[in-house]
Amino acid sequence: MGSNMAEQHPVGFQWVIEAKERGARVIHVDPRFTRTSAMADLHVPIRPGSDIAFLGGIVNYILEHDAWFREYVRHYTNAATIIEPAFEDSEDGGGFFSGWDPETRAYDISTWAYRGVEVKTAAGKSEQRADVSGEQAHGAHGPQLEGGRPPASDQSMEDPNCVLQILRRHFRRYTPQVVAELCGCSPEQLIAVAKALCENSGPERTSAVCYAVGWTHHTYGVQIIRTASIMQLLLGNIGRPGGGILALRGHANIQGSTDIPTLYNILPSYIPMPHPQAHPTLDTFVEQNGPKTGAWGSLRSYTVSLLKAWWGDAATAENDFCFGYLPRIDGDHSHYAMMLGALDGGLKGMFCVGQNPTVGSANSKLIRQALGKLEWLVVRDFQPTESAVFWQDSPEHESGEARAQDIQTEVFFLPAAAHTEKDGSFTNTQRLLQWHHKAVEPPDDCRSELHWIYHLGRVIRQKLAHSTDPRDRPILELTWDYPLQAPQEEPDAEHVLQEISGRGADGSFLPKYEELKDDGSTTCGSWLHCGIYADGVNQAARKKPHTEMNWVASEWAWAWPKNTRTLYNRCSADPAGRPWSERKKLVWWDEEQGQWTSVGDTPDFPPDKRPDYQPPSDATGMDAIAGDKPFVAHPDGAGWLYAMAGLVDGPLPTHYEPHESPARNVLYRQQENPTRQAFSRPENPYHPTDGEPGADVFPFALTTYRLTEHHTAGGMSRTVPYLAELQPEFFCEVSPQLAAERGLEHGGWATIVTARSAVEARVMVTARIKPLEVEGRTVHVVGAPYHWGGVGIVTGDAANELLPLVLDNNTHIAEYKAATCDIRPGRRPRGRARLELVEDYRRRAGVKM
Amino acid sequence: MSESTLKTIAWPDSYGERAKPRMGFFTDTSVCIGCKACEVACKEWNRIPMSMQGFTGHSYDNTIDLGADTWRHVAFVEQRLPVDATEGGSLVQLAERAQAVDGGVQTYQEGEGIRWLMASDVCKHCTDAACLDVCPTGALFRTEFGTVVVQEDICNGCGYCVPACPFGVLDQREGDGRVWKCTLCYDRLKDDKEPACAQACPTNSIQFGELGELRERAEHRLARLQEAGQAKAQLYLADEDDGIHGAGAFFLLLDEPEVYGLPPDPVDTRRDLGSVWAAAGAAAAALGAGLLAAVFGGRR
Amino acid sequence: MPTNRRLIPPFARQLAGDRLGLGRAAQSVRSERLTARTRAADKVVQSICPYCAVGCGQKVYVKDEKVIQIEGDPDSPISRGRLCPKGSASERLVNSPTRETRVKYRRPGGTEWQSLSLEQATEMIADRVIRARAETWEEETEDGQPLKRTLGFHFLGGATLDTEENYLIKKFFTAAGAISIENQARI
Repeated sequence: MGSNMAEQHPVGFQWVIEAKERGARVIHVDPRFTRTSAMADLHVPIRPGSDIAFLGGIVNYILEHDAWFREYVRHYTNAATIIEPAFEDSEDGGGFFSGWDPETRAYDISTWAYRGVEVKTAAGKSEQRADVSGEQAHGAHGPQLEGGRPPASDQSMEDPNCVLQILRRHFRRYTPQVVAELCGCSPEQLIAVAKALCENSGPERTSAVCYAVGWTHHTYGVQIIRTASIMQLLLGNIGRPGGGILALRGHANIQGSTDIPTLYNILPSYIPMPHPQAHPTLDTFVEQNGPKTGAWGSLRSYTVSLLKAWWGDAATAENDFCFGYLPRIDGDHSHYAMMLGALDGGLKGMFCVGQNPTVGSANSKLIRQALGKLEWLVVRDFQPTESAVFWQDSPEHESGEARAQDIQTEVFFLPAAAHTEKDGSFTNTQRLLQWHHKAVEPPDDCRSELHWIYHLGRVIRQKLAHSTDPRDRPILELTWDYPLQAPQEEPDAEHVLQEISGRGADGSFLPKYEELKDDGSTTCGSWLHCGIYADGVNQAARKKPHTEMNWVASEWAWAWPKNTRTLYNRCSADPAGRPWSERKKLVWWDEEQGQWTSVGDTPDFPPDKRPDYQPPSDATGMDAIAGDKPFVAHPDGAGWLYAMAGLVDGPLPTHYEPHESPARNVLYRQQENPTRQAFSRPENPYHPTDGEPGADVFPFALTTYRLTEHHTAGGMSRTVPYLAELQPEFFCEVSPQLAAERGLEHGGWATIVTARSAVEARVMVTARIKPLEVEGRTVHVVGAPYHWGGVGIVTGDAANELLPLVLDNNTHIAEYKAATCDIRPGRRPRGRARLELVEDYRRRAGVKM
Repeated sequence: MSESTLKTIAWPDSYGERAKPRMGFFTDTSVCIGCKACEVACKEWNRIPMSMQGFTGHSYDNTIDLGADTWRHVAFVEQRLPVDATEGGSLVQLAERAQAVDGGVQTYQEGEGIRWLMASDVCKHCTDAACLDVCPTGALFRTEFGTVVVQEDICNGCGYCVPACPFGVLDQREGDGRVWKCTLCYDRLKDDKEPACAQACPTNSIQFGELGELRERAEHRLARLQEAGQAKAQLYLADEDDGIHGAGAFFLLLDEPEVYGLPPDPVDTRRDLGSVWAAAGAAAAALGAGLLAAVFGGRR
Repeated sequence: MPTNRRLIPPFARQLAGDRLGLGRAAQSVRSERLTARTRAADKVVQSICPYCAVGCGQKVYVKDEKVIQIEGDPDSPISRGRLCPKGSASERLVNSPTRETRVKYRRPGGTEWQSLSLEQATEMIADRVIRARAETWEEETEDGQPLKRTLGFHFLGGATLDTEENYLIKKFFTAAGAISIENQARI
């Protein structure tokens, strides 16, 4: 669900095919019948954006049929934990949980807490205010729990205020009939999927869920994933071989760039960025951010080791290890927030490094307008992308709205080195860091990003060398000495990896994060990666052939943490430490040796902690995690069916409609996610939603996606002849019924219109797109792959021109997967007429500008 | 399967002890995901020019057919079919399907299912290869691996082989004039490397190996699929009694060949030319005469 | 391969056992000598595919300091030697005829690209970072709490870069007080 794995991860899909050959059943729940559906045993089409309802229906089925994995759930999840009696569920609040403040449009989460626990977000506040952002709002890894234990629980799980009972009530109305009505599928389809999952879960069997951006690209994307987590925890499918929820990520190092982030809200390994009021000192930062129990109980060690890696000898106990050098965040400083800020002239410059936002970001025109307000723009890529030439060539140039001579942005294009032209590691979708070796030198001016950032930093440091301004101290005192390699003075990537991995007081390489100290004697650039250079060996570069290892393949590359291939794998043994079954054996307690052992994986648990260990009430860190609590990153060691902190929109998932939806929310009075980030401004007009006047001007559901033959915004595929020819033109996919209704001709042209733009696409009329019966009406879906743009071997309009900017407030990710549109036959008008067409639509729909 | 059934006119005899086992492709379309890795890997290895055809509207197929610049081609067939217990869906097992129907679960509400067939096509490397026989220059030849290859240093672009192919595989390259097609990566084979397409194929839909072994494997696979309710599943060109005496590249299809655009009953187009000896004589004559062109030209 | 064989003319080979001239007798010298071009590689380097996050192993064949072939690495437990169409096209990606290998510069209001040396570009960009930072520096909040940051420039990218590159980018820009360092994970 939420993934088109055969198309987007074809080589990963070999394992699905292989599992299928061995008897696994493959179910694909997706609005479209794709190449993945073609290989599935069952395809269930659902309306874009109805995923929480569908999954909620499965959760309800599991609970109603008592199909949950009792022992697993009782020991390994927080099902027995008792919640604050003042907590009011969205079932009772018409779609709102308790604590909603309509004024600030945010929740006070104090009533969401475990009974007897004070809840705070990381910034020391119980309200999810706009100044508390990103990882801070995420509650930074959970509440303080004395001794790692929730104060109140009921092991029989019958207390009406315990999580399991709250869960039952929460999903009770997600019956097959209601879900089918809402999703546009049949009740039997939902039941078949639920039944298949229940039958294939338990001690002897496991089921896995694969998702991708089909889930994240919604204004409630995180909650879709949460629903899947609840389902998988109830079925006992987490931390066990063949189970799990697999996020299938789209880029070679998108996982790595999250772990060691180029993200505004976190430092390496998910340490939150500090907040101005809440974190004046390192002590308050640790106090406010970290539960004292579980893996995050050592936040101080992780942070100090990071600060030591960055500021070296300058970081001392006396100066708080330079904690004060870290800049503070107090709001949403993410990509879209910055683009909106740029429209108002608040941004001077921008770097686009291997990314092409004028094709890849939602509301492309808004992005181009933002770029046009910059003083300078630096683009690093293989070829000048649409973003690099936005000043010269864009739909606005065609329509006469923009001229190069009027755009004052200074633009630098820097050619990038390819993966074959540099050493380094990519983190794949399973957290596996795999080293790639340099094969040749990059040509001409092409350089790696390592070269670029190192030398840019070097030059800036030189230019500031004599500055006495205190704000320049962090730059000047930064450890910035990396051995350079001939002929192009390329910094040694292995040296950087060593810094990431970490060293002890004597300079030796540390093997694991548990050895990090909070006294400044250790350095480590990213605690989760501690040990990637253990024994002085680049563990990521290990390439032992798979034919010489068992299926775990633990000597190929390295996975964080500690080369653990299956996270929370203590779950693969029962509470007493015995494998649940021979068939699903992975990690178990070896009584003779007094330690956890495995068929080849690293146990993701303290190696000698007995299964029957119970922590004393004053225990902290890992010592506070009981022997039957596998989720060591949580302060209670439990998998969270109910998330008391960490999410801005509720402790449990609730079905909301997309911001632009062709349907009413039949479950709740509240139509959309109340916490979504919407930006009403002329550059970003929204459609009326179902039931509002004018909604029928944009009657169809619009969803955007990718194809096997191309890569994201096209910079690495539209420029490659053998890929370009395989999908040469922008096309849209519509059902025969919609084609008949709108006079669309297969192979001809259509114009898709929203209040943002009008784009033209070739028409693919196909039964693979199915009109869905939703709430007694037919909902048509228009599908639009988004790979094209104005430059490259093949060009075309960009589908993302159509989309509005509206975000999930947990992640600041836009709703690419569900919007509304109209579609009409023929090519779009040229020049000013294109604008006029869009304006006409806006007028007819009464769109507020 | 005995070695003799794989025999061709020039292989293995003409190679004597230098003959290698006859190599081929078994393309199991039941696991093809239509990713087109084969098309790209082939083009990469063989440095084939780009062949931009534009948007064709033929489902996800924008390369249309095999040709001088497309040596592997993935066909996409969208079928609408009623859901019932006897018809195989996209590899849906019979039991699974029956259960779905019994339970009222259908792929679509109105009782109509969809099947999206994908299949990677390639030169068949026929046992009786007409192209080989009609080639006046000796550019087309049977290799030591039993495969059929056009030699780019010999081909003069006469084009006689083009109509001879019962599958329409052979094609002259625009601007070059010579005929280009799959060589079963002759150069890689000589280096004990798998052909590029087979190596790349993510789901092992394209399998490369000794032909005899591949045919056995295919029989097993077919039996399994038939057991699972794929009533129309069939092997294509794996039968030495067919019109070309089987092929070096054969297929497992989930429906009739014509559904995939393949000739249901291909024949050796050279049959009506008389005995093999006629061609042999012609080939001998080719050593010294241009007469051949007239003979074959007249026959066309 | 015995070299003397090549000296036997095709017609003689035909007489020797290929009377139809369809097999060995027709084999040209080129065909007989043919080998995979990868055999001529000076080196083979193990790499990882730069497209999606499956992380397929690649073998990069290099001759005369040029990449001559990229194919799947059979040793990889992830991919077992297989590649999708994008991975299979990697050689064309790195050797693309349209790849731009020179720095280009467009002045404000300019209608054309101009050329610029890499060193000069680095100098100019460093100046712009320093200036943007100075102009937009936020030392503290209204209530006197530390901010020590700039929101004056924005970085977007990282999902296609190496871990080590992202690390240095985050490290340097954080030290510079730059907050809005972002990537595709959000998009």
